[in-house]
Amino acid sequence: MSSPHISPLVQAANEENDRVPGIPRRGSGFLDGPLRLATTPSATVGPYLAIGLTWPDGPYAAAEGTEGAIWLRGRVFDGRGDLVPDAMIETWQADPDGRFAHPDDPRGGQTVPGFRGFARSDTVDGGQYAVHTLKPGPVPDGEGGLQAPHVDVSVFARGLLDRVVTRIYFADEAEANAADPVLASLPDDESRGTLVAQRSEDGYVLDIHLQDCTDKGMVETVFFAV
Amino acid sequence: MTGTTSRAPRPAADSALVLPRYLRDPEEQRTPLAYPGYKSTGLRAPLRTPVDLPHRLTEVTGPVLGEDRVLPTDADLTLRMGGEAQGQRIIVFGRVLDSDGRPVPDALVEVWQANAGGRYRHVVDNWPAPLDPHFDGLGRVITDSLGRYEFTTIKPGAYPWGNHHNAWRPAHIHFSLFGQAFTQRLVTQMYFPGDPLFEQDPIYNAIPPSARYRAISRFDLDRTQDNWALAYQWDIVLRGKDQTPFETDDDGDVA
Repeated sequence: MSSPHISPLVQAANEENDRVPGIPRRGSGFLDGPLRLATTPSATVGPYLAIGLTWPDGPYAAAEGTEGAIWLRGRVFDGRGDLVPDAMIETWQADPDGRFAHPDDPRGGQTVPGFRGFARSDTVDGGQYAVHTLKPGPVPDGEGGLQAPHVDVSVFARGLLDRVVTRIYFADEAEANAADPVLASLPDDESRGTLVAQRSEDGYVLDIHLQDCTDKGMVETVFFAV
Repeated sequence: MTGTTSRAPRPAADSALVLPRYLRDPEEQRTPLAYPGYKSTGLRAPLRTPVDLPHRLTEVTGPVLGEDRVLPTDADLTLRMGGEAQGQRIIVFGRVLDSDGRPVPDALVEVWQANAGGRYRHVVDNWPAPLDPHFDGLGRVITDSLGRYEFTTIKPGAYPWGNHHNAWRPAHIHFSLFGQAFTQRLVTQMYFPGDPLFEQDPIYNAIPPSARYRAISRFDLDRTQDNWALAYQWDIVLRGKDQTPFETDDDGDVA
């Protein structure tokens, strides 16, 4: 029935239950559009993510000792206002020039030596994350404007069947934040406030709230569909 | 790396910022964040509708994680701490593709799993199944130029968890993949065909019915190793790019 030479996914893509609506498919004798494979469904990292996803240098987007490095810190809370001790956050960002170390940055990504733009930090120590990094520069928005300095953040945890995505902006970039198209797309200042990190002793802090917790006055962080 | 990489010859004109767009599967094909049968989603799944984030540079780029993340021994989970793991030896292999069917090369694949008795090497996991001194349950590989990956490991056991009365997780291996863009990041679980525990498992059943089979590996007799190991194939599909609008060079070639 199944040929070992054809990926089962490609075979399965011909089955009715794998169609992505609106995309034509094989079967009529003519291939009248792209054959699109449906993506693999996401799942929770479960409570034991530290087994597989811990690196000694995980929290270091910028190597230790990098000049001008800061710590991004914060806590992750659930809908009862309790700390989430088994979450992990990952961050991805531009360097201080607003460039990404990636071939799809058409300006030719350049980064500071020792800076990789990516970090992951689990929250096993009482629900806190900490990422050692450089403050990113403004990033072109592709429409002639600039996005305010920001960090893309993924949150993973037991009880999250997919990652949730948010951003970190910086409180001392008021002017850039006011002109930022993503922040401008949010409905109100309270929403925007959930994304803006405040200055701290060694960098910035921003807590992440997975859910509203009204009796403690905690507002749900704005999460994005990417 | 000299640390003196030169900047791109072109200025950072915004006209150069024509970016690929990564297509999302329709919502009914994706695992929802909230699933009442899985209790932990109750206080953790966000309640508000997520805000659409246009794909800009931050989203169409992503961490480039190289071979330096991986040791040659990371592909074999059965030989750790000076001895051999107990249980049924298996080979887990497959390809990482995008939804256009293109291979995703140089992708970091991280796996973690329970041992043959269904217990994780983790301080919080202390149900009465034995720990295996020669199994830590961690593996890593980088996909090759055709998007292929392969691990040798032990078939993980089922284990109980507190979600509901007599709740048992079907045997599974956790997978983490980066792809080439922030939008392609995926954490998922691979299951084994014909598991009798699917029916009662809310984490498996949270996947929309039409998408569930894509989380199940396929037993492959041809890839078993005689007198050594069974084999399971599992291909993983990350999001693909829309009709990719590449930027154009000065000479009109597509870059």
